[in-house]
Amino acid sequence: MPLKMPFVRPLAALGLTALFAAAPVQAQETVKLGLVAAMSGQSAKSGEAIVRGLSLAIDEINAKGGVLGKKVELLVRDDESNPAKGVLAARELVQREKVAALFGGLDTPVSIAIVPFANQAKVPFMGVWAAGTPITQNGAAENYVFRVSAVDDLVDVALVDYAIKKYGAKKPGLILINNPWGESNEKGLKAALAAKNLPYVGIEKFETNDVDVVPQLSRLKQAGSDVLLLVANVAPSAQVVKSLDRMGWEVPIVSHWGPSGGRFTELAGPSAAKVHFIQTFSFSGNSSPKAAAVLDALKKKYPEIKSLADVTPAVGIANAYDAMHLTALALAKAGSTDGPKVREGFYGIDKYEGLIKTYQKPFTPTNQDALAASDYLFTYFKGDEILPLTN
Amino acid sequence: MLLTSAVISGLGLGSMYGLIALGFHVTYVVSNTVNFSQGSAMMLGAVLGYTFAVTLGWPLPLAAITALAACALVGALIERTLVRPFAERGSNAWLMATVAGGIVLDNLVLFTFGKEPRGFPSVLAMKPVQIFGAGVYPLQLVIPVAGIAIAILLQVVFSRTRLGKALLAVVQNPDAAKLMGINVRLAVTVSFMISTALAGLAGLLIAPLFSVHSDMGTLFGIKAFAVAILGGITSASGVMLAGLAYGLIEALVTAFLGSVYTQIVVFSVVILALAFMPNGLLGRAAVNKV
Repeated sequence: MPLKMPFVRPLAALGLTALFAAAPVQAQETVKLGLVAAMSGQSAKSGEAIVRGLSLAIDEINAKGGVLGKKVELLVRDDESNPAKGVLAARELVQREKVAALFGGLDTPVSIAIVPFANQAKVPFMGVWAAGTPITQNGAAENYVFRVSAVDDLVDVALVDYAIKKYGAKKPGLILINNPWGESNEKGLKAALAAKNLPYVGIEKFETNDVDVVPQLSRLKQAGSDVLLLVANVAPSAQVVKSLDRMGWEVPIVSHWGPSGGRFTELAGPSAAKVHFIQTFSFSGNSSPKAAAVLDALKKKYPEIKSLADVTPAVGIANAYDAMHLTALALAKAGSTDGPKVREGFYGIDKYEGLIKTYQKPFTPTNQDALAASDYLFTYFKGDEILPLTN
Repeated sequence: MLLTSAVISGLGLGSMYGLIALGFHVTYVVSNTVNFSQGSAMMLGAVLGYTFAVTLGWPLPLAAITALAACALVGALIERTLVRPFAERGSNAWLMATVAGGIVLDNLVLFTFGKEPRGFPSVLAMKPVQIFGAGVYPLQLVIPVAGIAIAILLQVVFSRTRLGKALLAVVQNPDAAKLMGINVRLAVTVSFMISTALAGLAGLLIAPLFSVHSDMGTLFGIKAFAVAILGGITSASGVMLAGLAYGLIEALVTAFLGSVYTQIVVFSVVILALAFMPNGLLGRAAVNKV
């Protein structure tokens, strides 16, 4: 990461905090819930999506009388994608604001930093985006971390399955971003490939700011790759697509959800549509009445949402929406905001008809992830819109 | 196939490094100082070019010229506020001041332009052409041509013209130069303006191959400084040559050894090269005047 001036972003965060602090606070009459997510910087859009999903669910919950006889109130803190700031914000929310549960944002490193604190403070921590496997599988004796999102290890299995089923992959090549996220998926992909007895022909890494990925891709081509497995954020993923275009190499690309994080088509050009990437949810091509109702409610609450391209990616909204409803159910089961009781409350949830799916016993002490590989879907970009692939 | 594509990739990348590194060369030969925010100046060229050409829809030549003029203006500002006050006192604090200036610039752009990377469309980066079986965008051929042409131009200006000799006189003996009627301060300011404009040009040329965002220049700035030192910062052709060599080694190592080894090998080569050629490829030995 490049150096950043440390004082500019806190100013923005301060402004944001002031904004939320200005909302009328009814002491003792609300159940407070906290969100620690990136509200500024590169991932600011993800924070906005999460706030929208949570707020919509809170409106629905409060319209039905709230939980434990009180209205639900959301307190938002900006982590600036910085783990240290995230832990500080989580501490403040738990110790000063006494929130009943915490929600997390997009960045795996931030969530991983908050996990030990949440377990120690015995406050449920609900992940709605970050996919790092060790967030929920953290080895704590009493695990307070739950998640309604994709899990890297399961994504890697799904990517390999898709490559085999859709493209009959025999010689997959891995092209991964050179950072901890790429590294964690390298392990996951190797394990998933080993489970299928499918050897890979090469693993290549590239940097976020690499202009030309042709040398790496040429190696994979030379090695005979018939499918590329891609893990990188939106801009570097676009560099891979542009480099493939220059090489004139028509190879199927199966990708983690990085491309969904920005203007992929603008960055990668028309070949962007060739990248098939994973999502947990898509409003497009979704025939469920619940999806239509939620989209209508979103448009009503946020007039700036005009088309489906404005709720891209929908995963942040959908994961947050379901996670909030599940948390409310857990609080109701617990009959209290006491951390250990709420944790038991999560295990006690039987059934919830959510936006992504109908959850049956979503959480158990051995599996604190509500979504499984079978809930993922593959999608592609058509212009600015993410569409599901039907197969 | 692997070799040709690596060579073409390498020459393209190398000339981008060379172009930014020439900016280090220009200020160094005139004032013995460099602007460590060259990477940010490159980013500024791309961001302003994008804003004028895409956001405001200006014709491309006008957008490019305005962006380069703005970069030159920023160069003058950097020299006036971050270099001159320190250099004239004989302090080396301009080194840190220009680094800090670059970070400030990156963050100003972060807040005004936004952090979302944007795509800069260009007709020169739409359809690849085939050269010895490797596909390249026409723009990738324009960059080395522009880089080499500018290096030759600088070499000629500094060695053959009155202006060039006047600029070089400034660094050899500022007092004597002043007595000869050379406006020393103006000469230094102009060298910084040329320097940031060159980086801005590199940014404009790279943008369509890359994406436009506030920290796109950081890595380029660092690599370009390594290139400038490697080439012997006092020689324009040496700097350009070092840029091409650096890009070539980078692409060849990636292609034949794998990307895991790229940075390790490339920077080891830089260290070794400096150990055996302390003045760089074509640099003059520094004369210590007592």
